[in-house]
Amino acid sequence: MYEFDWSSIRPGLPFLWKGMKVTLYITLVAMAAGIALGTVLAILRMAKNRALAWLSAAYVNTFRSIPLVMVILWFFLLLPAVIERIFSISRQEDTRLTTALVTFSLFQAAYYAEIIRAGIQSVKSGQMGAALALGMTNGQAMRLVVLPQAFRNMAPLLLTQTIILFQDSSLVYVASLADFFGVAGIIGTRDGRQVELYLFAGAVYFVACFILSSLVKRWQNRLKGHA
Amino acid sequence: MHNWRWEVFLEPAQGGSGATYLDWVLVGLRMTAAVSLCSWVIALLWGSLMGIFRTYPSKLLYGLSTAYVEVFRNIPLLVQLFLWYFVAPEVAPLGLGAWFKQLHPNLQLFVASMLCLGFFTGARITEQVRAGIESLSRGQKAAGLAMGFTLPQTYRHVLLPMAFRIIIPPLSSECVNLVKNSAVASTIGLMELAYQGRQLVDYTAQSYESFIAVTALYVALNLLILLFMRWVEKKARVPGFMGGGGR
Amino acid sequence: MITIRNVSKIYPNGFQALRECSTQVEKGEVIVVCGPSGSGKSTLIKCVNGLEDFQQGEILVDGTSVGDPKTNLPRLRSRVGMVFQHFELFPHMSILENLTVAQVKVLGRSQDEATERGHKLLERVGLKAQAPKHPGQLSGGQQQRVAIARALCMDPICMLFDEPTSALDPEMINEVLDVMVELAQEGMTMMCVTHEMGFARKVAHRVVFMDEGRILEDAKKDEFFGGARTDRAKLFLSKILSH
Repeated sequence: MYEFDWSSIRPGLPFLWKGMKVTLYITLVAMAAGIALGTVLAILRMAKNRALAWLSAAYVNTFRSIPLVMVILWFFLLLPAVIERIFSISRQEDTRLTTALVTFSLFQAAYYAEIIRAGIQSVKSGQMGAALALGMTNGQAMRLVVLPQAFRNMAPLLLTQTIILFQDSSLVYVASLADFFGVAGIIGTRDGRQVELYLFAGAVYFVACFILSSLVKRWQNRLKGHA
Repeated sequence: MHNWRWEVFLEPAQGGSGATYLDWVLVGLRMTAAVSLCSWVIALLWGSLMGIFRTYPSKLLYGLSTAYVEVFRNIPLLVQLFLWYFVAPEVAPLGLGAWFKQLHPNLQLFVASMLCLGFFTGARITEQVRAGIESLSRGQKAAGLAMGFTLPQTYRHVLLPMAFRIIIPPLSSECVNLVKNSAVASTIGLMELAYQGRQLVDYTAQSYESFIAVTALYVALNLLILLFMRWVEKKARVPGFMGGGGR
Repeated sequence: MITIRNVSKIYPNGFQALRECSTQVEKGEVIVVCGPSGSGKSTLIKCVNGLEDFQQGEILVDGTSVGDPKTNLPRLRSRVGMVFQHFELFPHMSILENLTVAQVKVLGRSQDEATERGHKLLERVGLKAQAPKHPGQLSGGQQQRVAIARALCMDPICMLFDEPTSALDPEMINEVLDVMVELAQEGMTMMCVTHEMGFARKVAHRVVFMDEGRILEDAKKDEFFGGARTDRAKLFLSKILSH
C-alpha cells in the first residue's frame, strides 16, 4: 500500500502561492484582453464589409480548430523572436511570461468572440432599429443599447469560459513556465512526493473551480428567473 | 530568414531504422487516432450511463453522477492526466496499480491517456445526454409509462432514441474537442501528433515545416469528424422533427 | 413633409416587397396605412427613416433625400419619431433613462435638460410615477406610451407608427390610441400603419391601402370609407370591420 507523506506541502506553500499568482495573472490578463479583442472580433464578424467579416471568421475558426497545446508551441516558436526585436530585449531575458500572456489572450479571444456574438444575436433586432430611429449612429446603438444587453445575457457564459481559461492556463507546462501546477511538479520531483503534490494541486483546482462554477450557476438561474 | 526544406520529411530519420521523418508524423497521426477513438468509446458509453443517472428518479444515482461530473469538469485536463499516469498506479486498489506498472511503458502511456481523455470527455457527454433527455417533453415519459413500459424500457424505447438524435450536433463538437485535447497527452510522452511534432523539431531543426504539417493534420482530422457526424445526423433524421430539434 | 416617389424594394433573395409606391404626407396631416399582413406597409414606413433601404425611387423628408448616401441618416432620424409594434424600450435602462439617453447622446442636451423634458413627457402620457422603474415592470400599454414619450422627447417634426397596438392586449389598446388621437389633434404630422379603423375614422386625413407591395388606394378618409374602389380593399374592409 502506498504511504502518503504530506510533509512537503506546508514548507512549499510560499512557492506554490508564487505559482498561483502566475496562474491568476495569466487568467486575468487573458480574460481582460480576450474579452476586449473578442468583442471587436464579434462586431467585425457581423460587419457589412465582407472582407472584415471573413477575416474575423478566419481568425476565430483557425484558433478553434487547433489544439491549445499546438497553439502554445507555435507561439513559443514565433513570439520570442518578435518580442525581442520589437522591445530590443536581449536573448538572456525571460520572455516566457509575456509570450504566455499574448498566447492565451489571442487564443481565448476566439472563444470569447463566439460567446459575445451569440450574445449580440440574442438581443432582439428591433432594439437596434429603435436605437437608430432615435438618431443614434451604428456605434452609439451598439455601445449604448446592444452591447450592454448582450453582456448582461452572456455574463455567466463569459465567466464559465474564464473558469475554463483558468484550468487551461496549466498548459503553460509545455513551455516549462512555473505556474501553480508547474511549481507543484517541481516540488514533487524535488522531494520525490509527486503523488501528494499532484493530488494537492488537483484538490486546489477543484475547490476553486467548483465554488466559482456553483456561483455562476446560481447567477444564471437568477437571470433566467428574471427573464 | 527561415530556410524552407520541405524535403526533410523524406529524409531517413535518425535511429537508423530506415523510417523517414514522414513516417514519424504518420506514427503520431495513428496514435492520435487510436487514443481518440478508444477514449471516444469510453466517453460515449460511460457518459450515456451517467447522463441517464442524472435524470433517473434515484437520489443515489443522481448524487453519484453529479459528483462525477463536478469532479471531472472542475480539474484541469493536464492535472487529471498526471493523476491518472503518476498517482493512480500508486494508490489503485485490487492490484490494479501493480498490473499497470508491469505493462510496457508505451502501453502505460496509452492506457493512462485513454482513461483520462475518456472520463474527461465522458463528463461533458453526461451533461449533453442529460440536456437531451430533459429537452423531451415530460409527456413522452408519461406516455411511455402509460403504455405499460417499465422505467428502463421507457428510457430504452422512448426517451433515449430521441435524446440521442437531438444531441448529435453537440456530440460532434465534443468529438472534435476530444481530438484536440488528445494533444495534452504529449506532456507525459505519448507519441501522438503533437509529441512527434516536437521530436521533429528537436531532430531536424525544421520547426516551421514540422509544426505546419502537424497542425494541418489536426485540422484535417477535425474536418473528417465533422463530415462524418454530418452524415450520421442525416441518417438519424426523423421526418417532421429535426430543425425544430428541441434545442 | 414626407414625399414618397416610385419606391421599389427588392430583397437579395428576389422577393419584391415594394412596387412603385408613391404618396405624400403634408405638414400637420395624419395618414393611416392599412392592408393585409405581408402587404409591405411596415417595410414602407421603415423606408421613410432609412431603417430599410430601397433600390428605386426617392423619399424626401422635410426636403432631405433618405436614399442619398451622402445624407446624414442619424441626424435625419433624430428629427423623425418612430414607435414600434413591440415597443422596443431598452430593457437595461430605467424608464427615465430610456427617455434621456438619445437626448443627451444624440442631441447633445445636458442631463438636467433631458431629465426635465423626460419628466414632462412622462407626465403627458400619464406615467410620471413610473420614471424609476424598468420596462419589464410595466404593462404593454404603459410601455407603448413610454415609447411614444421617448420619441416625442426628441421634438420630432413628424411621427411614424408601425402597428403600435397590434401587440397589445385588447384592454390596453385604447390607452395608447388616446395618446395618439391627442397628438393628432395637436397637429402632429403622422404616418400610422394600423388596423384600428376607429382611429382612422376619428383623426386620419387620408387612408392608404396596400396589398402585395403596391399602393392600391390613396384617398381622403371619407372617400375611402364611403366606398373603396378596389375589390381587394373592399374585401379587406369587410373582414376587418366585421370583427
